Amino acid sequence: MSGNENTTAQQSVVDDLYAESVHWHLNTGEETIHAKRMGGYWRNIKWLSAAVWIIFFIGPYFQWGDRQAVLFDIPNRQFHILGITILPQDFWMLSLTLLFFALLLAVATALAGRVYCGFFCFQTVWTDVFTWLEDKLEGSPQKRRKLEKAPISFSKVRIKVTKHILWLVISIVTGISFVAWFYDVFDLWRDLFTLQASAVAYGTIALFTAGTYVLAGYMREQACFWLCPYARIQGVMIDKTTVVPTYDFHRGEPRGRIKKGQPEEERTTGDCVDCKQCIAVCPTGVDIRHGQQEGCIMCALCIDACDEVMVKIGRPKGLIRYESYEALEANKKPQPLYKRPRVWIYAAIMSAAVIGIAYGLTSLAPLELKVIHDRQPLFVLQSDGSIQNKYTLKILNKLTEDLSVKVSAQGLEGLIMVDEDQVTTARRGKVTARTVFLRVPKELLTAETSPVKFTVQGEYDGQLLKGSRDSVFIGPKR
Amino acid sequence: MADNNSFPGENNTGHVWDDNLRELTNPPPRWWMLAFWASVIWWVVYGVLYPMWPVGHESNKGLIGWTQMDEYIKGVDEVEAIRAEFETQIKGMSAAEILVAPGLSQYAVASAKVLYGDNCAPCHGGGGQGGPGYPVLADDDWLYGGTIENIQQTITMGRKGIMTAHGKILSDTEIDSLSKAIEAGDPMSDPNFTQKGCIACHGMDGKGMAVLGSANLTDGIYRFAPAEGESLLDSIKHTIKYGVNDATEPKSREAVMPKFGERLSADDIKKLAVYVHKFGGGQ
Repeated sequence: MSGNENTTAQQSVVDDLYAESVHWHLNTGEETIHAKRMGGYWRNIKWLSAAVWIIFFIGPYFQWGDRQAVLFDIPNRQFHILGITILPQDFWMLSLTLLFFALLLAVATALAGRVYCGFFCFQTVWTDVFTWLEDKLEGSPQKRRKLEKAPISFSKVRIKVTKHILWLVISIVTGISFVAWFYDVFDLWRDLFTLQASAVAYGTIALFTAGTYVLAGYMREQACFWLCPYARIQGVMIDKTTVVPTYDFHRGEPRGRIKKGQPEEERTTGDCVDCKQCIAVCPTGVDIRHGQQEGCIMCALCIDACDEVMVKIGRPKGLIRYESYEALEANKKPQPLYKRPRVWIYAAIMSAAVIGIAYGLTSLAPLELKVIHDRQPLFVLQSDGSIQNKYTLKILNKLTEDLSVKVSAQGLEGLIMVDEDQVTTARRGKVTARTVFLRVPKELLTAETSPVKFTVQGEYDGQLLKGSRDSVFIGPKR
Repeated sequence: MADNNSFPGENNTGHVWDDNLRELTNPPPRWWMLAFWASVIWWVVYGVLYPMWPVGHESNKGLIGWTQMDEYIKGVDEVEAIRAEFETQIKGMSAAEILVAPGLSQYAVASAKVLYGDNCAPCHGGGGQGGPGYPVLADDDWLYGGTIENIQQTITMGRKGIMTAHGKILSDTEIDSLSKAIEAGDPMSDPNFTQKGCIACHGMDGKGMAVLGSANLTDGIYRFAPAEGESLLDSIKHTIKYGVNDATEPKSREAVMPKFGERLSADDIKKLAVYVHKFGGGQ
């Protein structure tokens, strides 16, 4: 094969692309972006990562024992996660969980840019699915634009109605799936159809339906541009060492179209043939060749597009690739991960969060005790010469069954608890309050304030459960 | 401002500053106008449905006839409906029965908290800790008895303590000696206690009599706590000398508990009795 024949073959390929390229221009917001869809390595990765959201839809249907495996039961203030039941009292673990994910977002961003935006974010994933449907129903971007401008006709209405119905179905299922995490899923479906679900459930589903439909159907990349705070936060967490989809301008510039009949050796332009395929496939409609920019969600679809063109015209792949600014600009070798302080700091905070959660989950005490010392009056002199203090005990029973418990107090000489033998029924999953009186003979009190320790204990399944809490015993001034 | 418009044909207002800074007549964004008109419509509809326009000193009634008062009454009815279940039970039960019924006594305590705050706390303190000149309710020293029935009766009928001013009957030395014995918690150690007739009310053992409401003089708990700066001994002397509620003696101690039987319903008093009983001194 001669060089000339080769360039002719290349020529015919790019001619098509150039013919197409007049349709692609920058997204300034006044027009719907109709991104071209093409296959490729990153496209497949995107589908795989987006598949994480399948859990969102099917998660509620998994059962654990006789209940939903994961259920955030807000009316009963109980949060079931597999075998564990978490009550609001243990909610500090939620802040650690949030910390963990916030840091995960940070570390992912610091290392590889907006991975969350490009591959996992519900906004981009749902938009991707919505536009995929659009592509299937209405055809390629050019056809879609034509259809938009076309006068109303039966086929146009049929296509549009089908599309919107499908969008709405996805939106409604999204709404129901969300609520299903908070409401027994089988009851939910039954209640929804028998019109017996609560107004909150209907309202939430309506909000999510409307939100999904509008955000994924209409707002799309505009949500990333103007609504999303993460987009901005993630943007500033990127530094020169961050590996992000980058256009290699050393290689690409000066960009220029392939000239008909020009042999490869005489080429004065860079590798970029200015076919605008990278813009064509961009779901947010930005031009990666302008460098890093706020509109780029780093989904890497432009890498697929560019590679495909490069292969077709026989130039090396990777004109657009994952690369750090440092490596590209200064031609420096990227610093290994373990030498970057950010990685260590983020990893340390994340480990702290994980350790905290692990500690929390392993030390979930089934019985918890809170003690409130009565302040009005702080103490009372009884006619037998003893000092009496009044306490309100709050016994939290996290078990799924009621528990008979006994309360005791220790720590002071001559300490007596009134009705020490009284058995209290600690209601399951609830806080049970009980008033307790402690008495100490006046002459045995050595200080105005002395420590006492309350203990609550009960037997469950042959196991002794205990909870305790320190408090004080207050007497007259000395 | 330039008088001649240097940007003819443009949709500007003709106001031009600094050569090219000018005011345009672009319409507001569509969404903004939509929201604006939606707000206007909302306002009109609201004004028709709800009371909004002043009519004299009142306002128009509104098509759906909503009033804040109705809303309030509805809310009260809802609460009453929830309470009704307990209140009907309370009606048919004695205070003693309520005290031992677990769910009901909890309800009584929760419900009586407000009653106590309104009617009792000014004198007896928010937690029954008493106040200057007013008895503590949280201890187990009761002038008129500490059973639930006693407490119920005290609230219903009120109480008025009585003790003659002994300043005219006893000499200063006798009062002094008696006071010291009482302060020591052992009134019987002073022969005056028996001889001068103290035992008639305070009993042979000095422990008082609930029927009379006479104080227990042996337990170190005093019905009349010393005033600020006053010693306990002086306070005891004062009580002996001037008595309690003695009309002939202007310096006499005052000890009157008003009748609440007329102010509160019998059921409320039952609840209050339970509440007070549970302060920690109920018998």
